[in-house]
Amino acid sequence: MIFEVTPSQTVGPYFAIGLPFDGQQQIVPEGTPGAIMISGSVYDGRGEVIPDHVVEFWQADGDGAFADLHGYGRRSTLAGFRGFGRSAEEDGDGVYRMLTVKPGAVPLSAGQEPGRPLQAPHIDVTVMARGMLHRVVTRIYFADEEQANAADPVLQSVPPERRHTLLAQPTADGYRFDIHLQGDDETVFFAV
Amino acid sequence: MSTTQSDGAVRQIYDPVAETPTSYRRDPEGAHPPLSYPGYKSTQLRHPKQPLLYLPQTITEVTGPQLQAALDLKPTDSDLTLQAAGEPIGERIIVSGHVYDTEGKPLRDTLVEIWQANAAGRYAHRWDRWAAPLDPNFKGAGRCVTDADGRYEFTTIRPGAYPWGNHYNAWRPAHIHFSLLGRAFTQRLVTQMYFPGDPFFPYDPIFNSVRDEAARQRMISSFSIHDTRPNWAQAFHWDIYLRGPGATPFEEAF
Ligand SMILES: [Fe+2]
Repeated sequence: MIFEVTPSQTVGPYFAIGLPFDGQQQIVPEGTPGAIMISGSVYDGRGEVIPDHVVEFWQADGDGAFADLHGYGRRSTLAGFRGFGRSAEEDGDGVYRMLTVKPGAVPLSAGQEPGRPLQAPHIDVTVMARGMLHRVVTRIYFADEEQANAADPVLQSVPPERRHTLLAQPTADGYRFDIHLQGDDETVFFAV
Repeated sequence: MSTTQSDGAVRQIYDPVAETPTSYRRDPEGAHPPLSYPGYKSTQLRHPKQPLLYLPQTITEVTGPQLQAALDLKPTDSDLTLQAAGEPIGERIIVSGHVYDTEGKPLRDTLVEIWQANAAGRYAHRWDRWAAPLDPNFKGAGRCVTDADGRYEFTTIRPGAYPWGNHYNAWRPAHIHFSLLGRAFTQRLVTQMYFPGDPFFPYDPIFNSVRDEAARQRMISSFSIHDTRPNWAQAFHWDIYLRGPGATPFEEAF
């Protein structure tokens, strides 16, 4: 028998009671070699920052291994690597700041035969807020990975004029990735 | 391996290694609310206007986080009546159920996070300015991890309904916010659990943003005399279904 999924509802305005946890934006522990900061804001259709956003990252480590416990692929051996980050504050400055490492290339599927192409480095992102009845999902790619990006099947499936919305831009300490829910530069969102 | 549940249904026990899905069933049309729903005004500047693009379920989407170590959960994390010096005011309730996938397999070791208003409908959040009393003994947040049968349980206080600014005389039906990580990025779900027979159901655009009547019913808990504790607590039962294995492996889909 197939059951139907429980429907989504908005995270609402008061999630900061329940969702934050200590070190939620530390995908790697402080002091991890090669650690970078990926930061950005979420903007609404008027171009205004949504300070009470929930942004979540899920990513592989620098070797392309996940901190996943379900027997998939290679398990990450990077000390303290969580693979997951969450920005869920009610009174911040509207900027998420994930301390992480740049992910490595990963296969398309677990158990992929050697020699098949890998995906370009990327991070899966969930965005939720008051006024959003369901999460939206996007992917961060890296603007300085031109060669890998050019061969990435997901990125190449995005219309060329919108691809730039998925590219994190280098900064002094890492990358900047802003998310636009609406507007001229609306971020590409995916049905997953 | 199978097990007979209290409702008589026979369900398979989940083997986390052997049965880790390689792809998940995509949600059918209408399973979730639309991102644009004019009755809920705040959706209007916060929904994408471009169509969602197809994302194949690659290894990134079928893996997922495990936060148990980071959270270091204690028994009081799942009992919201024991988190302060004194007892919160209100009707003590037990909220429990199972987390299943859409094949009816229990999801074990999966994180369940909740937050809610107090008995008067007021959140312990500095942005909630409704003129209802705060309860110094109620923070309103809990966490637990499902057991080997996919079961979760919280002890808490029945939340009150509360007004909000969406339209004239708007009230939210009483609810508890739920957040689930599932086993895979693609299973992530945030939702709200409602209570049976709430008189505000017909008037609430968030509840009614789920357009399918049967789907709305899946957000409503049921009173459970079986789960009540005599001379202690009322009980509500609510099962949560996250998407299960799908028939479309990556190579076929992309
Ligand atoms: Fe609420």
